[in-house]
Amino acid sequence: MIEKQAVVIGSGPAGLAASIEAAKRGVEVLVVDENSLPGGQLFKQIHKFFGSADHRAGIRGFNIGQDLLEEARKNGVEIWLDSAVIGIFPGRELAVEKGEGNGNKTLQKIKAQKIVIATGASENAVSFPGWTLPGVMSAGAVQTFINVQRVLPGERFLMVGSGNVGLIVTYQLMQAGADVAAIVEAAGSIGGYAVHAAKVRRAGVPIRLNTTIKKAGGQEELEWAEICQVDSSWQPIPGTEETLEVDTIAIAAGLKPLIQLARMQGCHVEFIPELGGWVPLHDKNMETTCPGIFVVGDSAGVEEANTALEEGRLAGVAIAEAVGTISPSRAILEKEEIWKRLENLRLGPFGEHRLLAKKKIIEEGNRQWKRE
Amino acid sequence: MDRRIKKHPILGEGKQGEEVTVYFDGRPLSGKKGETVAATIIATGHRINRFTRKMGSPRGIFCGIGQCTDCVMVVNGIPNTRTCVTLVEDGMIIETQRGTKGGGAEND
Amino acid sequence: MEKGVEIIGFPSIKELQEYGLYPSEERFSRGPVVIVECVQEIPCNPCEPACNLGAIKIGEPITNVPRVNEELCTGCGLCIAGCPGLAIFVVDKTHAPGLAAVSFPYEYEPLPEKGTEAEVVNRKGQVMGRGRIIRVVKTGKMDQTAVLTVVVPLELADEVRGIKRLQRGWSHGQGK
Repeated sequence: MIEKQAVVIGSGPAGLAASIEAAKRGVEVLVVDENSLPGGQLFKQIHKFFGSADHRAGIRGFNIGQDLLEEARKNGVEIWLDSAVIGIFPGRELAVEKGEGNGNKTLQKIKAQKIVIATGASENAVSFPGWTLPGVMSAGAVQTFINVQRVLPGERFLMVGSGNVGLIVTYQLMQAGADVAAIVEAAGSIGGYAVHAAKVRRAGVPIRLNTTIKKAGGQEELEWAEICQVDSSWQPIPGTEETLEVDTIAIAAGLKPLIQLARMQGCHVEFIPELGGWVPLHDKNMETTCPGIFVVGDSAGVEEANTALEEGRLAGVAIAEAVGTISPSRAILEKEEIWKRLENLRLGPFGEHRLLAKKKIIEEGNRQWKRE
Repeated sequence: MDRRIKKHPILGEGKQGEEVTVYFDGRPLSGKKGETVAATIIATGHRINRFTRKMGSPRGIFCGIGQCTDCVMVVNGIPNTRTCVTLVEDGMIIETQRGTKGGGAEND
Repeated sequence: MEKGVEIIGFPSIKELQEYGLYPSEERFSRGPVVIVECVQEIPCNPCEPACNLGAIKIGEPITNVPRVNEELCTGCGLCIAGCPGLAIFVVDKTHAPGLAAVSFPYEYEPLPEKGTEAEVVNRKGQVMGRGRIIRVVKTGKMDQTAVLTVVVPLELADEVRGIKRLQRGWSHGQGK
């Protein structure tokens, strides 16, 4: 049985930030990621990030990913790729299917003092007749193909969903040389930031509100999509159907936290729509109701990369404090800076629901925590 | 058809990397080290990865991140290989999966 | 006030004026000036350090809508590439009699060449006419965001915010 002070599951921005802050403060950290490439969603993000200087605003996502990786390595963080955590067992023991680099996998058992769950989120699916045809895929899949694999999975797209993912991937599709026939949004207003919407409108892509995908068809792959308008209860309005000739439909219908490992351990979860679905309760240090197990980033509620970075940092500092490599008086100062930054990131009309939801989680988490 | 993005305004010139040759349903295909099987195939414009067991329906990429298994193909004789998270290797043999078999076999 | 931008995806001139983000005609008459078309409270502030003259302010919290001091602004355009949302433009209504110069960020390939003509578009992507591209800037510091300057008839200066993407289907082999 291998022993580690801290095991971080997931090498996206939250996981890397946690590993860096813990390692900088003298904690022994192992990061485990099931993918063959580290960085989570960062490497698909070719646009300049928002936020402030602390969040590397103005820098493109994939460059931020590179920087984080280098910082992690520089601080002695060990990273296992192609390695899936297949379970967390009592006593904070993990079972890992470790990739040995030659296609072989070995089963490793690790006993950790602290565990950080930074497994991110998965995309929601929207089903409709014809959705199983090749050519219907998630917006994240499109993004991976165009920005990481550098190949177009189609030439003429319909985007379903006008949140930031739908808007940004539409823009990135045009940068990759594809056409986007339209963005359809079932709600009555644009879900994402207006500046993202403005870019795609300037490029001539219509954003059709109160509109949804009704069905799709084609011989052996997608050839057309039928959209229709919906009323205020999101019910299709007969007679408003329109057929678009598209070869690919990208579905950008939101994300939900990936929390199987937390549930497996028995951590308390709550259903919080503002954060994407079932979310493990956590306290101000990002610790769940399972002692020694932390949750950060999209797994703790779907937000943004900059909140993921901050939550990761928070857990890293909290872990260093818990294992005793920094004093509580130093820890509280550092955590207060991070709490302040997190609150600032959650201001404004796009963040306020999340701010309230997070406050509620921490209150609930405190109540549950005191009971365990 | 070649759907590889040759010059990208942010990412620059086309993906670099060692060339590899893989075989897709018997046909040699050129791929690049670091590409996923799914990418190498979709670069040719071909989007069908498999046909389902019961209805023989065509399926292709859906989630692209290794969770939905719609993209599985028979790779080096092993069925149900998730092509969106499997990297190509020189000499790799890739077959359209039919049900749980490859090689043009009927649905089982 | 924000209802417009959430429905159509871009702020109207009226909305920009309500936020104090649209320069006065008096200021326009004195030369190039910045227009920061960003009216939502989102956590984002790189425009503030992007201006060397302190003409753009966000302050705390960083969700504040930008405030522009049109007196401090010289219309140099250094801020254009600094905005992650590509929402900053510089308009010069004094470029030449009857002509204005509009500078905007551009992140597509191919990059047009200085001196060539392109179809100019408004915020909805509608073609409003043609314009000559008099300036193309893309330095390392801009991190892949180029800034183009196009000359348009003066009456289009409040509308034109870009050019139509060039040569669709350039980037990969076509053919079915």
